[in-house]
Amino acid sequence: MPQDEVSTLTDTRKAIYAVGCDGRYEIVPSSGWEAEAEATLQAVDELARRAVEAYDRVAAGAAAPLYFHMFDRRMDIDLLSQASGIGRWRLKRHLKAEVFAKLPPKTVARYAEALGLKVDELKRLPAVRPDRA
Amino acid sequence: MLKPDIPFKHQHAAHCESGVMAQLLSHYGLPLSEAMAFGLSGALMFAYIPFVKLGGMPLIAYRRLPKAIIKGLQKNLGIKMELTTFSRPDLGTAALDRLLGKGQIVGLQSSVFWLPYFPEDMRFHFNAHNLIVYAKAGDEYLISDPVFENPVRCLSKDLEKARFVKGMLAPKGLLYYPVALPEEIDFNLIIPKIIKKTARAMLKTPVPIAGVRAIYALAKTIGRLETKDRRYARLFLGHVVRMQEEIGTGGAGFRFIYASFLQEAGDLLDDQSLKDSSLMMTSVGDQWREFALMIAKSIRRKKRQEIDFCGLQKKLESIAVAETQVYRKFTSS
Repeated sequence: MPQDEVSTLTDTRKAIYAVGCDGRYEIVPSSGWEAEAEATLQAVDELARRAVEAYDRVAAGAAAPLYFHMFDRRMDIDLLSQASGIGRWRLKRHLKAEVFAKLPPKTVARYAEALGLKVDELKRLPAVRPDRA
Repeated sequence: MLKPDIPFKHQHAAHCESGVMAQLLSHYGLPLSEAMAFGLSGALMFAYIPFVKLGGMPLIAYRRLPKAIIKGLQKNLGIKMELTTFSRPDLGTAALDRLLGKGQIVGLQSSVFWLPYFPEDMRFHFNAHNLIVYAKAGDEYLISDPVFENPVRCLSKDLEKARFVKGMLAPKGLLYYPVALPEEIDFNLIIPKIIKKTARAMLKTPVPIAGVRAIYALAKTIGRLETKDRRYARLFLGHVVRMQEEIGTGGAGFRFIYASFLQEAGDLLDDQSLKDSSLMMTSVGDQWREFALMIAKSIRRKKRQEIDFCGLQKKLESIAVAETQVYRKFTSS
């Protein structure tokens, strides 16, 4: 019965099925399992890595801020395409800074909605570069 | 409409859909543990579908598709559920508020990512998370999320967003609750039938993307990772563990819940063979956990070990053998 106090769960606990001394199954709250946290952190780190990479590309002028916000919201082209209802091919074009700048407000609003951002937030890069040690 | 006369009580569960169904049914007059809800739905499965990708990784699941627990219970127990989806968010919110106003508790499908009460590190884009709303206070919903130890709260606008995200497994505002329960359930008759059917589905699949054959297929893929890029291999293995432990049960990909169900069913029917198979299933679950631990060691960020792909493949194949033995016990009896 793991009680590894993993960071991914913060202060919540999850229910785990465990066999007690009497051989009976019971539900026990657990502060997490290290093996699971390792896998979760790996995935979270990978998402963070993509967001930081995207930030640098946008800062260098190689892509529209949309490119950063997509990864910052833990999405990729497939996910954002599904969430916004805008086809993958069109979306890929919209990631270019010069194409994005000319998009009609209606299209920009669809991206903002899908990403849960205000339109002006979507149009710029946050001042602080996200980083995760 | 069913009228419960008991106050709602939050229950901590390992998995969202089985937890929600157990609570909904118990509240409305059919007391059921989470393990029984899971087992009786017949939703135990294994699937490995390399051509369906989620965030660049293949679909791996230890249970049937989302909603299979709701629908399986409906069919197997003769429950009648009301399931409603909505074309517009405001309609979904209005319908939820109306039901809460009548004192109903309601099951909802939602996206994990958009629920602010989830810890940051657990907020992935998974759109088939289930929870219960049991009341509204001001602009906040009072939520019984079965995978949380205690009830939580969520702002109305946040829940609406989480209910109406688009994309794979989009919830479309799905809400559900039981409207009619059977007068009597003959567990002596249905339990053996459901267990046998579940076992057969695991053993006899036409294509190796589901059932025990899919476990072998995944084992083979893992063995072949040897020739792939190491970073991809590590992400792939981490993904296997994540699907096994997190978006399922805090155990061994539903195998412990199922063992708990077999134990409870064995007691209910006073059937020694079921109790024995519960022990076998527990051992299967233990092996899944050992497998996860082997992977965790090889993907660890600090003090990383060499990955023994061949060893992982063999371990997974031995799990497939062990699972086969449990299911054979059911199909032969």
